Amino acid sequence: MAKTPIVFVLNGAERASFAEPGQNLLEFLRRGVGDLSPKYGCGQGTCGACTVTIDGQTHLACLTLAESVTGRRVQTAAGLATGATLHPLQEAFMENFAAQCGYCTPGMLISAKALLDRNPNPSREEVVEAISGNICRCTGYEPIIEAILAAAKGRARA
Amino acid sequence: MIEFRKEFFADERDDNLNEVGKPTRRQDILGHVTGRSPYFDDHLFDGLLHIRCVRSPHHHARIRRIDIAEAQSMPGVVRVLVGRDVPRNLNTLLSLLDFGIDDEPLLAETKVAYKGEPVAAIIAETEAQARAAVARVRVDWDVRPHVLDVEEAIKPGAPVVCEVYQTNKFIYHGKYDHQKLRYGDVEAAFARADHIVEGRYQMSPIEQAPIETCGAIAAPEVNDRYVCYTSTQALFFSLGTAAKMLTMPSNRLHFIGGTVGGGFGGKVDSLHEPIAILGAMLTGRPCKFAWDREEEMQVGAPRGAERWYIKDGVARDGRILARKFTGYFDSGAYTRLSSYAIIKGVGHLPGPYTIPNVHADVYCVFTNRTPATAMRGFGITGVDFAIEAHMDKVAEAVGMNPIDLRILNSYRDGDMKAHRRVAKNTALIECCQVVADKAGIALQASSRAASSLRDGGGERGRLPAHTALDQKGTVTGIDTGGYARKGGAPGRPAQPVPMPGYSMPAAATAAPRPPAQTPARPAATAASVASSQSTTPPPPPAQPANTTDRPRQGAMRFSSISGLRRR
Repeated sequence: MAKTPIVFVLNGAERASFAEPGQNLLEFLRRGVGDLSPKYGCGQGTCGACTVTIDGQTHLACLTLAESVTGRRVQTAAGLATGATLHPLQEAFMENFAAQCGYCTPGMLISAKALLDRNPNPSREEVVEAISGNICRCTGYEPIIEAILAAAKGRARA
Repeated sequence: MIEFRKEFFADERDDNLNEVGKPTRRQDILGHVTGRSPYFDDHLFDGLLHIRCVRSPHHHARIRRIDIAEAQSMPGVVRVLVGRDVPRNLNTLLSLLDFGIDDEPLLAETKVAYKGEPVAAIIAETEAQARAAVARVRVDWDVRPHVLDVEEAIKPGAPVVCEVYQTNKFIYHGKYDHQKLRYGDVEAAFARADHIVEGRYQMSPIEQAPIETCGAIAAPEVNDRYVCYTSTQALFFSLGTAAKMLTMPSNRLHFIGGTVGGGFGGKVDSLHEPIAILGAMLTGRPCKFAWDREEEMQVGAPRGAERWYIKDGVARDGRILARKFTGYFDSGAYTRLSSYAIIKGVGHLPGPYTIPNVHADVYCVFTNRTPATAMRGFGITGVDFAIEAHMDKVAEAVGMNPIDLRILNSYRDGDMKAHRRVAKNTALIECCQVVADKAGIALQASSRAASSLRDGGGERGRLPAHTALDQKGTVTGIDTGGYARKGGAPGRPAQPVPMPGYSMPAAATAAPRPPAQTPARPAATAASVASSQSTTPPPPPAQPANTTDRPRQGAMRFSSISGLRRR
């Protein structure tokens, strides 16, 4: 079966690579493009470790066909920082001990960023709802919620 | 928020804590928030092959035949591994510490003993191709009766789960079919107790459920070595296990780990590394072997379930005079780490209480369930659930507030514990007092006035004048292996260390030891928990002797698990 050429925008830069037939976006990003920040946790769309945004909307990369991102804008945790300058969410996660093993963190950050992009000043309930599709097994959700709220407050001041 | 109560043990404490209780940054957090922390699967290799296992659909079955011909001809399949491809296809994890008999194949050859046990491994160009080929391996199963309950498993006539242990019980120290604890005389104390309180407690197996599933990638390296990136929690354990099963010097294996996406004990079993490396050896290409989520849940070893029977003899005023445990630890189909969990758990009995007569028989039982392994405090957590539930039951029987009952029976500094060590730095009483405050529970004046620092030791610090011993469950003719004992004869400890206060077989006393050791250190009698043959009570504890004159040697330094602990 033939591979499919895919041209898309990853974290602001145009990228082109070949997808295996039927390959999901998670495997395509990791093995085809080399962006290792989305993680495999379940392959079933239940854990959220592979969360990315496509044209600003959160998607689970493990349930998304690679071919479907042709011509679209994909964002992953690897693109959150600008050069050496971290995104306020990344700073807040570091300050609030919002990662222990770190495996769910890239997906958490993307879900949080998608929330703050559409709602810069969310309530605690809205934060909880926004990360409800992201499972964390070791950090605990409280520090993560605190970090997202702290990032939102910091942004409101700016 | 963390609260530090400096009024407790103020004169003992020197805690101008520099780090504890203060926010700090993890050293690895920059990698975590930028998505750059290198988990095992974050290492890319050109030409990576993918490994998927063919697994048993049965709890218990003999394997008549495995037909891999069709699978081998499937698109993308590079190689099919079966048990005979594994150089040393039998292992028990703790053989590296000289504990237990090799009982588990990497890929089953003659029989399977749990649902999901692997019998073959497909190595293919893509994961999808490997999955497709898995479905084409034909196994001719002879399905056998299975047993899933610990007490059913040890009845005569029960199906034999693991051929190495014909009675479905792990053999401790080559001598007993259970781990024994004998301290005082529980039966005599029951006879004079006002209440007898009995309970049965059952916990469930618990899956560690890390977000990153277990896995490893191995690849040929220069100089005829193999590199292995792994999610293991126990890098040198996995290295040693892989070297053993592949009969390869460990200096040909280059293990890289350290970044683990959650483990909680579930990533110590070292199942992935040997298969991934074997794949790399036989194909000459990088191989990845990782569980998917379904495998993580189905065949990933959980915290083992435990069943406990507790019988207490209690005085009218709430003092517990005797406590007897019978425990059944569900090890699943193979030993893994359950044998060790029991030794740890028995050292913990009877919980944080001073009870003058304690008796325990704890069985490591094989059933046709998924093998159990480590998980956060395993060996302690399950029995603590039983003990604390039982304390509430005792409180009800004598009509006391459960917190008052706990304070009354709490251990205190200087008390002798059933595993023959003196308790120190105890704090149960203070914990109970704070809990009562927080919960708004009024305590008796005596409970309020109690302290872990007072009223311990003395009579409570002495060993019982009489300990009732027995030889129940004695096993003979067991060869306990000796993988880690270089030059040691199988079935006998290479360096048996005499325990002060206990008579030892004459041959054993020939082992090198400094002469005229002060025979008074309570710690040194720990092995008596397991295997005392003496009827002479040990001497009362004294101040710890200076033991710096005893060098650590060989496997002995690891032998805390086998009851020969030395410090």
